Amino acid sequence: MNRRSLLLGAGAALALPVVARAQAAQITGAGASFPNPVYQKWAEAARGPTNIQLNYQSVGSGAGINQIRNRTVDFGATDAPLSAQQLTEANLLQFPTVMGSVVPIINVPGIENEQLRLNGEVLAEIFLGKITRWNDAKITALNPGVNLPALAIAPVYRADGSGTTFVFTSYLTAVSADWRGGPGSATSVRWPVGNGARGNEGVAGGVRNTRGGIGYVENAYATTNRLVTVQLRNKAGNFVRPTMDNFLAAASNADWSVPGFAANIIDQAGANSWPIVSPTFILLPTNPQDAARSAAVRRFFDWAFTNGDNLARELEYIPLPDATKTAIRQAWTRQFGA
Amino acid sequence: MSQAATATTPLPATARRGGNIGDIIFEWACKGSGLLVLVLLGAIIVELFIAGLPAFRAFGLQFIWSTEWDPVREVFGAGVSIYGTIVTAILAIAFAVPLAFGVAFYLTELAPTWLRGPVGTAIELLAAVPSIIYGMWGFFVIAPAFAAHLQPWIIDNFGELPLVGFLFQGAPFGTGIFTAAFILAIMILPFIAATMRDVFLQVPPVYKESAYGLGATTWEVMKGVVLPYTRVSVVGGVMLGLGRALGETMAVTFVIGNANRISTSIFGPGNTIASLIALEFGESETGSLKLSSLLALGFILFVLSFIVLATSRYLLRSRLKA
Repeated sequence: MNRRSLLLGAGAALALPVVARAQAAQITGAGASFPNPVYQKWAEAARGPTNIQLNYQSVGSGAGINQIRNRTVDFGATDAPLSAQQLTEANLLQFPTVMGSVVPIINVPGIENEQLRLNGEVLAEIFLGKITRWNDAKITALNPGVNLPALAIAPVYRADGSGTTFVFTSYLTAVSADWRGGPGSATSVRWPVGNGARGNEGVAGGVRNTRGGIGYVENAYATTNRLVTVQLRNKAGNFVRPTMDNFLAAASNADWSVPGFAANIIDQAGANSWPIVSPTFILLPTNPQDAARSAAVRRFFDWAFTNGDNLARELEYIPLPDATKTAIRQAWTRQFGA
Repeated sequence: MSQAATATTPLPATARRGGNIGDIIFEWACKGSGLLVLVLLGAIIVELFIAGLPAFRAFGLQFIWSTEWDPVREVFGAGVSIYGTIVTAILAIAFAVPLAFGVAFYLTELAPTWLRGPVGTAIELLAAVPSIIYGMWGFFVIAPAFAAHLQPWIIDNFGELPLVGFLFQGAPFGTGIFTAAFILAIMILPFIAATMRDVFLQVPPVYKESAYGLGATTWEVMKGVVLPYTRVSVVGGVMLGLGRALGETMAVTFVIGNANRISTSIFGPGNTIASLIALEFGESETGSLKLSSLLALGFILFVLSFIVLATSRYLLRSRLKA
């Protein structure tokens, strides 16, 4: 008898906070896997101050677009921006949240981190299979004084459809006419040479396993795993290292005043701009079924824009410039009212 | 026998036939469960076909042998992945069958009785290892080992051979068709070995003893009595393994190299239907030609597996009856 009442009491005490938490606004999102770590981090940090509980599923941009079109989630997330026409057709508002960068990684014996210098054309020719040896004249010309081995180049790419591939191939498309006329840019493309691997970890593993390997991963992944990256020549003609300062330089030069904030930061002008930087986007219905949930989504990202920059930087993402955040908030007000 | 039974107890029989509602419900529940499987299977095939129809319409029958897979220009073909699926499965069979035969031969004829249980169980446990584990093992252990040791040696020693040399050329990536087939072989080994062991045990002892009586060696008995007696069932078991190899996804995705090209070398990268679907599905939008092509691929795989499994059932029919 006693024990039972004790249990009941304990149960009631346990149930109370559960009830309290159930009152928190629940929002759901699905899509891009590229920003997933920072969305999860923001969700965790925002739960206390905003009383919003975000459930984000990292299912891939394509699936995220499908889900928001069918309105099975409160917001979708995509790495490749939708066009103004697509947005209107699906009644969606698009805005960026953070930016990320993609870095080439290599495995060449004797070459250290950030030592090798490459440019866009050479990178494109490597992934087109036109440059096949590490001591090719086009590579040695960019690297005077570096002793490059006569080793075969083994390109490794993402085999699963991914935003990382979209960003990387967008860069190759921007800098190489041959790439533009060949594979082009998308979340997966027709790679003429090389081996495909699954996920960032697969590409990193493939490059690590293969002498002469070259691949591309998100910067966060390269940094945390201490992979060997390279310097790239940017539009201004300078060789730049993949550092946060150089990513920010690219972001600050971008023109955000385009429909759907679909700024193209790839191969951005500016002396220090890292050339492979891209924003990732949120898709929010302009005709929400539940206005309260839509407002909660905006409240969540408003909190993230104000308080989330350091969390993003810790995970090697690049926060948006303040002017862009202001413009996004204004777009919300225009669309949904104050 | 049954006549006698009904004669002595006529009453319960009629009672059973009569109004026991429980029996009727039970009968329909069982019937429904059985039919549900059929309906489900049919629905999946029909659904896959309908969803894949836009791809078949857009590319025609050419979809089946076209080697193009270009998501940017929305041109899709199943040629490379069908080729990869069949080649990896056949190579896997080529690796696994001799090994499985060795296992079954050893377990039924040579091994001391106390060892048969543990080895048999170990073989069956191989089947219980999740395929993702095989994939990771293949990617992190086998592929680097192949890249560093086995493949360079084979490429150096066989790559220059006349006529067949082209099969062994190329860069030693570690991953590729060969590694995928190797991993698949280990995964299907337990199925083939278990079937072989079971059918070998079914050979009537009197046949074998007669052969031994004539002075035949163990190998001669295996070759002259056991194998001819069980030949059809053994082939059926192999087909069972083949069916599994065709549909394997995760492990293959890790090690096959995932390139949409047909390479002449067995060390070259490739693709299988299952791995391509797994990799591309998340980034395919509703209503896109790409999604439709992936579902059409699923339909083709379904048909392939169905043919293989139906063949295996047909060949194994005598054993299944027993």
